[in-house]
Formats: sequence, structure tokens, C-alpha cells
Amino acid sequence: MTDETLAGPAADEILYRETFHVRGGDFEHGGDVATRVKAVLRELSIDPRLIRRLSIANFEAEMNVIMYADEATLDLVVRSAEIEVAVADRGPGIPDIGLAMQEGWSTATAEMRARGFGAGMGLPNIRRNTDRFAIESTVGRGTTLRYAVSLTA
Amino acid sequence: MTIREVGEKLGLEPLTTVPEKVVTGVYISDMVSDVIANAKAGNVLVTIQVHNNVIAAANLVDVAGIVVTRGRRPADEMLALAGKAGVPVFATAMDTWQVATRLFEAGIR
Repeated sequence: MTDETLAGPAADEILYRETFHVRGGDFEHGGDVATRVKAVLRELSIDPRLIRRLSIANFEAEMNVIMYADEATLDLVVRSAEIEVAVADRGPGIPDIGLAMQEGWSTATAEMRARGFGAGMGLPNIRRNTDRFAIESTVGRGTTLRYAVSLTA
Repeated sequence: MTIREVGEKLGLEPLTTVPEKVVTGVYISDMVSDVIANAKAGNVLVTIQVHNNVIAAANLVDVAGIVVTRGRRPADEMLALAGKAGVPVFATAMDTWQVATRLFEAGIR
């Protein structure tokens, strides 16, 4: 049996799609988008354990935009096989992605640290809680994260 | 035990309305990324953080409530956010260690 017959064409069918906007520097609303996405996923009766994992990833991605970028879109796509999120920001980009993925490495300012950030856990938390994770960045332009949790496992 | 009973037993000052939520354990942290990654649903979060990002993180992982220690007072906006999210917030003059021992004595493991 091939993957195609296993999953069937319906696996690609989009059940829900919504794009959210995140503003850089907007600490006051930090977590709002992740909270709204969580509400959407609850409405769709997604397994709470998957909602938790994706909420962790979304919160970290959202806070990264707020702390480091100018603005971003968070695109949520729910298919029968998986939930995919793409976070594309306009911002400074990441010069060394390998370093940024290392747990404990952080460029957080004193103000961010006073707010309880800067543990160097953001990107590692996203990777750990998702089944698929990719990051692309261009210095001076921005960073795009793509991650997904599987609904079929 | 519910979060309301925990608040009464420890003499915590409720800063929001307190719903009946079952407490499953305790998580202690002041780092937001640590809270969101490791606090479990139903945990009491004990922290000195009063920024609203902590509320968002705690709400996302369904904590039963937040205890802010050492007499710190969250801003009104933070409390309004918590109220909207249904996450009860308590204040206490005790430090985090004292709260931890009292939670243990109350039977929470």
C-alpha cells in the first residue's frame, strides 16, 4: 500500500485556514494570537494534547516576533492529516541558525529577561513540540518558521 | 482539592474571581518559556512574575491558578486578562519556598 492510498486525497483537504497578524514590540498583547488559535482548534475538536503542543510552539513563535521582529503573519492551515503553521516575519533575520537552535543561547535584552524571557528555549521548544519543523532566515529581511503537528499518528 | 480550597487553606488573597478547578500538582518558575513548556494542565503556578505574558502562557497550558509571591501585585490589566481567561490569581506575602512547603503540607504532590 502506498502512502497515498493510506492517507487518501482527503488528507490534503483544507478544513480551516486563517491568517493572524503579530506586531513587533507589542508585549501587551503577547500570547493573544496563540490564545486565539487555541480557541479555533478547540472549536474544531482537536485532541487537547495536540492543542497543547501547538500552543507552546505558537506562543514561542509569537513572542519571538514581538521581541525581535517588526511584524509577522501567522498562517494556520488545518488539514485532516495535520495542522500546519507558517510564521513569516519582516525583521533582522538570524545570522547563525545553528546557534539560535541551541538551548540556552539567547540574544534577549535586560528588559526581555526581566519579563521572564531569554532562557534560550524558544526555538528548541517549538522543535520539540512539533512533528515537522523548518526555519529559513535572511539577515536584514526576516525569518520564516514552518511547523506542523500530525493528526494521524 | 480545588484551587479555591488551596487559596483558603493557605490564606492566599484572591485578586480575581476563583472558579472551582481541580488542582493536579504544582509548578514553580519565573521563566515564561519554562512555564509554557513544563507546567501541566491543572497545576498551580507559583511565581514572582507579574507580566501579562505569564498569564497568556499559563492560560495556554490550562493551569488551575497562579500564586504571586513575596507581596508582588500584578497590574490591573494583567488581572483583567486573567479574569477573562478564567485563570485565578492570588497574592501572598509568603515567598515561593514558603508557599511550596504549605502546598506540600496541604497534601498536594
